[in-house]
Amino acid sequence: MIFEQLIDIFLLAFLAVISIAIVRIRNVLTAVMLFGIYSLVSASLFMLLDAADVAFTEAAVGAGISTILMLATLSLVGRDNEKPLVKKKISFLPLIIVLVTGATLVYGIVDLPPFGAADNPAQTHVAPRYIFQSMSEIDVPNLVTAVLASYRGFDTLGEVVVIFTAGIGVLLLIGGRRREEENTDE
Amino acid sequence: MILTSAALAILVTMTLAITRALLGPTIYDRILAVNMFGTKTVLLIAVIAAIAGRGDYLDIALVYAMINFIAIIAVMKYFEYGSLGHAGDDAAPDHTGENQEGK
Repeated sequence: MIFEQLIDIFLLAFLAVISIAIVRIRNVLTAVMLFGIYSLVSASLFMLLDAADVAFTEAAVGAGISTILMLATLSLVGRDNEKPLVKKKISFLPLIIVLVTGATLVYGIVDLPPFGAADNPAQTHVAPRYIFQSMSEIDVPNLVTAVLASYRGFDTLGEVVVIFTAGIGVLLLIGGRRREEENTDE
Repeated sequence: MILTSAALAILVTMTLAITRALLGPTIYDRILAVNMFGTKTVLLIAVIAAIAGRGDYLDIALVYAMINFIAIIAVMKYFEYGSLGHAGDDAAPDHTGENQEGK
């Protein structure tokens, strides 16, 4: 559909402009703000690709938590005001390496099956079974939930353990510090 | 047709918001631009939901609105108090002095 392609072009152009701006800008806070916009744009792209759960995670983590985390970091380490852009001479070796790597990746895209085609490996391997038999096998109306919670239940359990451990770590780091401060205040 | 033109208008507004975020002389311009961009994302998703005929996308648009709100609140709190752990009401004088030095 032409209209969706138009939106795609707009959003991808936004991404390119914002990333260049993030690299070029000298104010850290502005960069944090632009990171937020970047996350929102990529979340919109995921929405256009029908990946609602990925878009949801991107918005929550990218635009929500990382912005707040970066601000918290800035408030701890302090921020310098705008440093002038130091003019360095362009070093060509990294540029060439990056260009060659990018060209190789683009060359690799040529072999990929067309986007969204019905006979792609992704559509013919286990997807038909998920689509046609998950209702009778698992009886969960949402396909994604059925796959995540049942077919890949063990995998999801591992992910939950990882997130739980990370949460405990963060609580120990932040909570322990705050209690110490309260003690010194009293 | 009206949905298409609405989406186009939203995209143009997003472009303007990004322009303001890039040019904005003060940090407040940029914060406002980010906030507005978030709002436009919510609207864009709502329009896409209407075009694609998928009402469940509207829930995601709502969640985006909330995330946007929380992020902006955090940013404003950082600017007001210089830190995020500040409770806000009981502004201890030594704390604020510290933070002003930090700025």
